[in-house]
Amino acid sequence: MNGPASSAALRIGAPVALGVVVLVAWQLLVTLAGIDDYLLPSPLSIVEQMIEFWPALIAAIASTGLNALIGLVVGSIVGIAAALVASLSRFFDQLTAPIVAALAVVPIVALAPVLNTMFGADSEVGRRTMAGLAVFVPVFINTLRGLQQTRPVHRDLMRAYAATRPQTLRVLTLPAARGYIFTGIRIASSLAVISALVAEYFGGPRGGLGSLISTSASTSAYARAWAYVVGGIVLGLIFFLVTAALERLASPMSRSLTVTGRSK
Amino acid sequence: MSPLDETTDAVVATGVGKVFPAGNVTALEGVDLVVRSGEFVSLIGPSGCGKSTLLRLIADLDAPTSGTLTVFGKSAEKARIDQDYGIAFQQAGLLPWRTVSANIELPLELHGVGKAARKQRSAELLSLVGLTDFADRFPDQLSGGMQQRIAIARALAEQPSLLLMDEPFGALDEMTRERMQTELSNICAETGAAVVFVTHSIPEAVFLSDRVVVMSPRPGRIETVLSMDLGSASERAESLREDTAFFEMVTAVREALHQGAPARGVDDR
Ligand SMILES: Nc1ncnc2c1ncn2[C@@H]1O[C@H](COP(=O)(O)OP(=O)(O)OP(=O)(O)O)[C@@H](O)[C@H]1O
Ligand SMILES: [Mg+2]
Repeated sequence: MNGPASSAALRIGAPVALGVVVLVAWQLLVTLAGIDDYLLPSPLSIVEQMIEFWPALIAAIASTGLNALIGLVVGSIVGIAAALVASLSRFFDQLTAPIVAALAVVPIVALAPVLNTMFGADSEVGRRTMAGLAVFVPVFINTLRGLQQTRPVHRDLMRAYAATRPQTLRVLTLPAARGYIFTGIRIASSLAVISALVAEYFGGPRGGLGSLISTSASTSAYARAWAYVVGGIVLGLIFFLVTAALERLASPMSRSLTVTGRSK
Repeated sequence: MSPLDETTDAVVATGVGKVFPAGNVTALEGVDLVVRSGEFVSLIGPSGCGKSTLLRLIADLDAPTSGTLTVFGKSAEKARIDQDYGIAFQQAGLLPWRTVSANIELPLELHGVGKAARKQRSAELLSLVGLTDFADRFPDQLSGGMQQRIAIARALAEQPSLLLMDEPFGALDEMTRERMQTELSNICAETGAAVVFVTHSIPEAVFLSDRVVVMSPRPGRIETVLSMDLGSASERAESLREDTAFFEMVTAVREALHQGAPARGVDDR
């Protein structure tokens, strides 16, 4: 009991301590060396701005977060579904492989202005589409990989049981792919936030983190811009932690391991 | 589970051959074998002589390239679809994300057996293989031998009238191995299942079998078939292992093996 608990304390405590040291050093550097605000605002002034603009900050996190979430959910569903079809049909696989390869190398951000015009300047759809596209690629690639992870002895077993294709999918192929699918979603979660936020730099409705960062910066409110950047970091962290927790929840083995670990 | 028709042979192979296109390997050639209903037949022979291949053909996991094969009077494919056999592979092949009991219940679940009946059956089988305490563990938390016992329990789940077993006791220690042999012997006596059993152990083959099929190395052929005449499965007890008739049979099988080829991969345990 002592071992895992103290190692967990170390795992969380060490980065927190490092963060505090960095923040104090940053504060001292800015105040003692008299660095100008537009170069680097001090942590305290950033916190001040966060408190002053708290309702706007929360609303911005919610607005950008909603776009990222919709992109993550829709992109993941489409990515998993497309990977399933590709794994069942060689033809579809060969059809989609070059498209996915192309999507994987296109910087999704480059599509932002195009998508914004496509869906109109007062719509969130363009941003959500961008987040969805950014999510689709890693989810599709990882899921397709995962669907190929069944072992020959397990395939023989399913054949010996005369299992139907849907049965095989349910009891063998999907569970074997589970880890890969969740890894894809975890990677995609950060991409969803980044894309939703960056998409706001290219116009459209205001009020999200991205648009507030760019407005603040262009009106020389540097500390406020940084306050919204902190909001972006928090949002990314929330997405990452939630998907990582989902991954743990979805794995029966890790659940049982934590149970036995606690009982010892 | 097919109707246990005493008159239908469990397996009839006539001139069965198997050539793997990969590398043009002739794994089996001209295999003629009849396994009667309720009969225990062991396949023994040097490593790579095609024992697993023959088992896979019977299970319709592979198709023969020559000859014909029937299982309970039907094609191997029909027998597989009718679920006439239970199988335990050389590897345990448990699904790592399912608990031990969920693994045993897998065939029952796939074939629409209700939850309560499944639970009851897996509890029975777990006590049979002596792993009741491990019902809720995951396979990775078990030793290789324990996993193999789970795989055997899974093969028995639907009380098949034909059991196909590929070195199922290979990973077990000698004590557990002998206990499992006795259990298997009892199960066969109770259920009247026919068994095709692959092993590398001569005493194991002799103890369990009505007949031992000695195979020669590539291309895999049947060298000789020896009848054991040691009494029916129900009469076989631990004491048989110290019987002179038993040792005579062990010697007979060993000689048959050595005649065919230098007995690589076969031990005298
Ligand atoms: N899928 C395959 N493709 C090509 N060759 C194969 C394949 N499966 C088996 N073989 C070959 O067929 C021969 C017989 O293999 P098999 O696995 O039946 O041997 P075995 O008697 O079960 O050996 P062991 O006692 O080591 O398990 C071997 O030479 C093997 O290399
Ligand atoms: Mg083998």
